[in-house]
Amino acid sequence: MDSHSIAAQTAEPAHLEHEHPAFLRHHFENVAQQREAATFGMWLFLLTEIMFFGGLFCAYLIFRNWYYPAFVAGSHTLHIWAGTLNTTLLIISSFTMAMAVHAAEVRHRGPLLRWMVLTIVLGCGFLCVKAYEWHDEWVNHHVPGLNFSIQEFTHTNPAYPGDKPLAPDMAEKTQIYYSLYFVMTGMHALHMIIGVSLLAILLIRARGGAFTNGHIAPVENFGLYWHFVDIVWIFLFPLLYLISRHQ
Amino acid sequence: MADQSIPIGGSLDVTPRDHERVPLLDRLHEWVVTVDHKRLGILYVLYALFFMAVAGAEALSMRIQLAVPNNHFLQPELYDQFFTMHGTTMVFLVGMPILFGIANYIVPLQIGARDMAFPRLNAFSFWLTAFGGILLYWSYIGGFGLYGMGNAPDVGWWAYAPLSTKPFSIGPTIDYWALALIVSGFGTLGTAINIIATTLSMRCKGMTLLRMPLFVWLMLVVSALTLITITPLTAAQVMLLLDRNLGAHFFDAQAGGSALLWIHFFWIFGHPEVYVLVLPVFGVASEIIPVFSRKAIFGYPAMVAASVGIAFVSLGVWAHHMFTVGMTSVSNTFFVLSTMLVGIPTGIKIFNWLATIWGGKVRFQTPMLFCVAFIFQFLIAGLTGIMLAVAPWDWQLHNSYFVIAHFHYVLVGAIVFNIFAAVYYWFPKVTGKMLSETLGKWHFWLFLIGFHLTFDTMHFVGIMGMPRSIYTYEANRGWGHLNFIISVGAFIQGIAVLIFFWNVIVSLRKGKEAGNDPWDAWTLEWATPSPPPAYNFASDPVVHSRRPLWDIKHPDDPDWKYES
Repeated sequence: MDSHSIAAQTAEPAHLEHEHPAFLRHHFENVAQQREAATFGMWLFLLTEIMFFGGLFCAYLIFRNWYYPAFVAGSHTLHIWAGTLNTTLLIISSFTMAMAVHAAEVRHRGPLLRWMVLTIVLGCGFLCVKAYEWHDEWVNHHVPGLNFSIQEFTHTNPAYPGDKPLAPDMAEKTQIYYSLYFVMTGMHALHMIIGVSLLAILLIRARGGAFTNGHIAPVENFGLYWHFVDIVWIFLFPLLYLISRHQ
Repeated sequence: MADQSIPIGGSLDVTPRDHERVPLLDRLHEWVVTVDHKRLGILYVLYALFFMAVAGAEALSMRIQLAVPNNHFLQPELYDQFFTMHGTTMVFLVGMPILFGIANYIVPLQIGARDMAFPRLNAFSFWLTAFGGILLYWSYIGGFGLYGMGNAPDVGWWAYAPLSTKPFSIGPTIDYWALALIVSGFGTLGTAINIIATTLSMRCKGMTLLRMPLFVWLMLVVSALTLITITPLTAAQVMLLLDRNLGAHFFDAQAGGSALLWIHFFWIFGHPEVYVLVLPVFGVASEIIPVFSRKAIFGYPAMVAASVGIAFVSLGVWAHHMFTVGMTSVSNTFFVLSTMLVGIPTGIKIFNWLATIWGGKVRFQTPMLFCVAFIFQFLIAGLTGIMLAVAPWDWQLHNSYFVIAHFHYVLVGAIVFNIFAAVYYWFPKVTGKMLSETLGKWHFWLFLIGFHLTFDTMHFVGIMGMPRSIYTYEANRGWGHLNFIISVGAFIQGIAVLIFFWNVIVSLRKGKEAGNDPWDAWTLEWATPSPPPAYNFASDPVVHSRRPLWDIKHPDDPDWKYES
């Protein structure tokens, strides 16, 4: 067979005789190719996620330009401490996740499990604070469509005595702010819930040693997802909580 | 035939297929749980053909309704549902699934891979798409509306707010529409991710990016476009669902929201979507035309550059659907110019296809016939596109049948014609049987005649002032005869499609055996047996040029001597 014909070489003997790691799927050439494809696929998925949140950010941008006073008034009703706490929790959880990936890379099962548990705990902590905040919005009649009242915005906010009360027309527009607040934090929380659930599944598999034998792609790619969700929050926090706080 | 001499590492499974006897239930079970890219590709195509029949029946019902003035064949509400469901079905449940299905089957074979990169994701994507379609049609049963208002979505496939918001569309029909498209959209995203990862990390040895078959290149570009454009629509649909069900006010203009925002969101997705549908068939044409002209494709690098260029420009033209909503003259000018810019890379493509045919030994078999018709029809569709891109012209003809004629010239004249070409071309590879040439020619000529009767005539009624989406019209408008011709053409197309289905059934049973390489083609899929075995290639192929099989068949004059 001359060198310019297709398939001049015989099938890889190692592949046929199963002398490869158990986690290498048969349609891949080798472990490096499998890992490259998986990581690449994850990045592509994150691209679609960016476009999804991009759509929401775009709506935010337009409405904030139109109804800036309503956005300021709405933003001033949020608890800045809760947002700050959640930002801190998420940044720490990104660190613990990065450590989990590192533990998988150096094949230390004990630390891998501990870092994963810590990440789950921090993620759940975030969700608890978020649930508290949403409950607070409900109590204060800030949920559009269900129990919204503009009363608070047509009068002076005691926490921000510098803010002038809004005209009823503009006060109505705070509903747009809250709609955006709920859809953006809601979609983010949905991603967090999915993330925590996935991490729990990975944790169970990690206990059996599935990721400390060189097969780190699932942990690594989940890490990418987790950091992405974290970054979304890094944008949400100033956009929703920190509008004109210097007044 | 050269196929016996091709030294490709072929079948892993050497038992002859015909002697396998598997009980029906087991075979069905195998198809449901399959993660094989070839089976999933076939499932996609069958699913899309089913919905093509459904949406085609909807179109024919509308044409009966419009055939004569003052007709009452359909209820007005049913008519609205039919044009909504026809559009939504054809775009989301026919166009994308059939093209991604063909890609699923062909791309791994053409790049010498054993499967797609993520087989399980592949199966997951197919079933998501399938259940999205079922969910959409479930609205006919589950989507109760106002009394006497019927129950399927009835607001057009673009679902413009405020018509699609709660006060104007009571009942859950729009929710069905939004949820079904979110679900099938996730399926499409999965497939797009899969195709890109497969193309970029699973190519066989020697298959550099600039040696990839153009079909693979186009699918790569389309998948990237899909990833960018689908999720903004998802975001808008989530907001629409919240508006409708939880009292948010994103698109409710009275409460400070913006209906215009929905239109922007929709077309930011909707315009690139047209390119998602048309670029794969450019790939099909770029595979078929060279093989049937017996020449290598003319200007391969220019074709690749033009594909990427079209995709890039298509992201910045969406508001040419919106010249009549009252944008500033600066916006209008921008979108006029950006839209006209698309004409440059598309012109390059048409030129290159013609130059490929020029001086070739052309074989007018059925796939080539469809491709030749495609070139001319797509040219006309492009020219009316340039006309509509001129804002003042668009102000005159917006929402008229001229627009309907223009985009059906693209969607049917270009896309459907080339989907048929692709089916005739690859059917032998997928099933091992040739489709009948005689029935194929009947199919082609009837479809061509029906197509031109219908869609050429639509341009005229459009210029005469007939608006789109109308239920009926008065006799004194002077549109009656032309509409009757349009409807006759639609039925001729319907008959042609029935002949096509008949051809598929007959040829599956007693078609001529295809052999590995019935068209004497040059890409890797023709080196495998027909149908290819599980995992496609026993050993990984090595290629040295864009036409690996040419190199093998002509060792004295291989392509790699000329390609730099």
